[in-house]
Amino acid sequence: MRRTLPIFGVLAVLLVAIAVANPYFLELPGFLAFVKRAAPLAILAAGQYFVIVSGEFDLSVGSLVTAEVVIAARLIDGDPGATWPVIALLLVLGALVGLVNGAVTTFLRVPSFITTLGMMLILAGAVFLWTGGAPRGALTEQFRTFGRGDLGPVPWSVLILLAVVAAVVLLMRADFGRTLVATGDNPGAAALSGVRVPLTKTIAFVLSGASAAVCAILLGGFAGVSAQVGQGLEFQAITAVVLGGVVLGGGRGSVVAAIAGAFTLEALFTLLNLYGISGALESAVQGVILIAAIALGALNLPAWAARARATNATTHTTPDPTHAKG
Amino acid sequence: MGLVLRMTGIGKSFPGARVLSGVDLEVAAGEVHALIGENGAGKSTLMKILAGVHTPDEGTIEIEGRALAFGHPLDAQRAGVSIIYQELTLLPERTVAENVFLGREPVRRGLVDRETMERTTAELLASLGEDSFGPRDLVRRLSVAQQQVVEIVKALSVDARIVVMDEPTAALAEHEVELLYRLVRQLRERGIAVLYISHRLREIFDLADRVTVLKDGAKVATEPIDRITTADLVRLMVGRELTDYYPPRAQRPPGDVLLAVRGGGNDRLDGIDLELRAGEIVGVAGLQGAGRTELVKALFGAEPFTRGEMTPRRPRSVRDGIAAGIGLVTEDRKSEGLALHQSVRDNALLVARARKGRAGGTVLQLLERVRLAPPRPEQEVRYLSGGNQQKVVLAKWLTVAPRVLLFDEPTRGVDVGAKAAIHELVRELADGGMAVLMVSSELPELIGMSDRILVLRDGRIAGRLPAGATEEAVMELAAGS
Repeated sequence: MRRTLPIFGVLAVLLVAIAVANPYFLELPGFLAFVKRAAPLAILAAGQYFVIVSGEFDLSVGSLVTAEVVIAARLIDGDPGATWPVIALLLVLGALVGLVNGAVTTFLRVPSFITTLGMMLILAGAVFLWTGGAPRGALTEQFRTFGRGDLGPVPWSVLILLAVVAAVVLLMRADFGRTLVATGDNPGAAALSGVRVPLTKTIAFVLSGASAAVCAILLGGFAGVSAQVGQGLEFQAITAVVLGGVVLGGGRGSVVAAIAGAFTLEALFTLLNLYGISGALESAVQGVILIAAIALGALNLPAWAARARATNATTHTTPDPTHAKG
Repeated sequence: MGLVLRMTGIGKSFPGARVLSGVDLEVAAGEVHALIGENGAGKSTLMKILAGVHTPDEGTIEIEGRALAFGHPLDAQRAGVSIIYQELTLLPERTVAENVFLGREPVRRGLVDRETMERTTAELLASLGEDSFGPRDLVRRLSVAQQQVVEIVKALSVDARIVVMDEPTAALAEHEVELLYRLVRQLRERGIAVLYISHRLREIFDLADRVTVLKDGAKVATEPIDRITTADLVRLMVGRELTDYYPPRAQRPPGDVLLAVRGGGNDRLDGIDLELRAGEIVGVAGLQGAGRTELVKALFGAEPFTRGEMTPRRPRSVRDGIAAGIGLVTEDRKSEGLALHQSVRDNALLVARARKGRAGGTVLQLLERVRLAPPRPEQEVRYLSGGNQQKVVLAKWLTVAPRVLLFDEPTRGVDVGAKAAIHELVRELADGGMAVLMVSSELPELIGMSDRILVLRDGRIAGRLPAGATEEAVMELAAGS
């Protein structure tokens, strides 16, 4: 738990700063509007968490989101009757892309960084080929409701986010989640304990792909159809997860902290926007955060934790030098 | 013959353990000097001190009368020390000549002089009578024996005064050993001092002029080879007082056969016949590389047998082995046993979760059963002592109630108190009806714990000994004299 605390502190500070600059933020609609804006990234970060905690990367999710939105627009093409079948198709497609990523990474032993980088390029190329650069078709109002509509006072996307959070928290407490983290921590020990390491990692990729599909459904509604809708999202998701204190290389960090990382990133963007700082800086800020979070995580945090524990511990608990993994 | 190497009063401690104390060693030019001792006797540390990898806490080293500066492997190299490690250190993607001249390539007009490199290498190869490969061959295409030749050419090209060989035959096939013998004799004829580290007694009698025996970090004897017998060497290497206490052996005769192998083999093992019965602890002895870890991994299914019969069934994978009721407490807790950043609970439940089964009893009951003190399920295992970590590994297996439990070095890196606790636990499990197979390099532990002992040598069972066998008897079978 200790590792997850810093992110909530940072998030709280940023939320206060936003509220100071913009008091509307303190009213329910203002706050919900923020959550609604953050929901797609938060869901994507939850999916990315599974992959990162298992010791891998998923760089394909940005392109996947774009592909899903473009496909949805073209297949629905304004026909309300096509909404639900297409939503189902999007989820299956997302999971399928994850399945391919996972299978190539585990069974063909291609490093996931390369596998998903390749998938990113393949999907981007396919979208371009298919649309010629300008997406055709249109989403229905019914489809867009999930991203921009409300149920009573609460945006749909907030409800969907809550459902996703509940699901991933339960999943991480279940056998699958515990086994997944152990696999990321030490795949060798997991395999010798009877864990199906390739299957477990593949499921993580499938979850990431499915989360990209959900993210695409929300973003398609929220931002509309474009060939740039998912651009850079993979790095935002990875930044969010890392910001949440999840260690690249696997085995450490919580999914709730990863989601909090997404909110923190969104809060930071909001704040930059409120203070009139150019949107062009967003990507630079994100880069700084990514590097700083990893540098801090790699050097200081584990050492603090080890010292804190060593002094707190009432019995002979020897801090182990091997914890400086990765 | 002049003295090439003189080590005087070498002592070395690592945190928590004294590894060497007051070791004297002298090797003359043209002498093959064997250094022997059990696993952990200090041979490798002594060699690494000579190589400049470790700095001794006390003592001096002279090479041909000049004091050797400590601190860097390059100093040792310049002084004329060449080391041929068990794990060869050549670059696989470079040619033989490039490896020989690595880091000191001859230069002509600012460019690497490949011609000289290759000519010199070819001459040295020819002088050793080696014609099976040439200076331009890539090292990765060479066999281990051929790579050793390259290492020796390298030593000759730097005009080494002393060549240290660490277990050079460990990775060689039978017919390659003769080749190595020839090389060693050629070195001797050139007046080079050879320090030959091995625990295979036969090689020592074949090759060495003198032999020095290390035990528990101290030198016990240096003798000319013709004034000593195999029995003497074994006695010098072992012969420790049995001061430790071990739990009493099985009170009842062993029960049903829970696991049996007939003619088991794979690429590391051959002709394995064994039976494990309920209630007994079977010890497995053997030197490094004899196939002990390979044996437990084969029985477990991690590196399965490819030949032979096994009952109840021959596991083809880890999951297969676990389903057949077999558990393995691995040799290396940190790399193979535990997910160090996870809690005691998550580690203890890993096997049960992987099988989608429920653990028998609560985690606390489980931790109590392995006597983890204090039983704190939420603590990360990396903060536990070695002994407590081992108890967590044990707990992991108890969740699925295996019928056969395999232990590979169960007390390595565990302090004395925790050792006794683990010994008691292992005996308790056997008394409770489990069949236990235990690999250990520590002969007192092996003899103290086992109801009978299998001795492995070169991937085969070299012999079987009853409870209470002597260390000498075990070592003689293991070393194959």
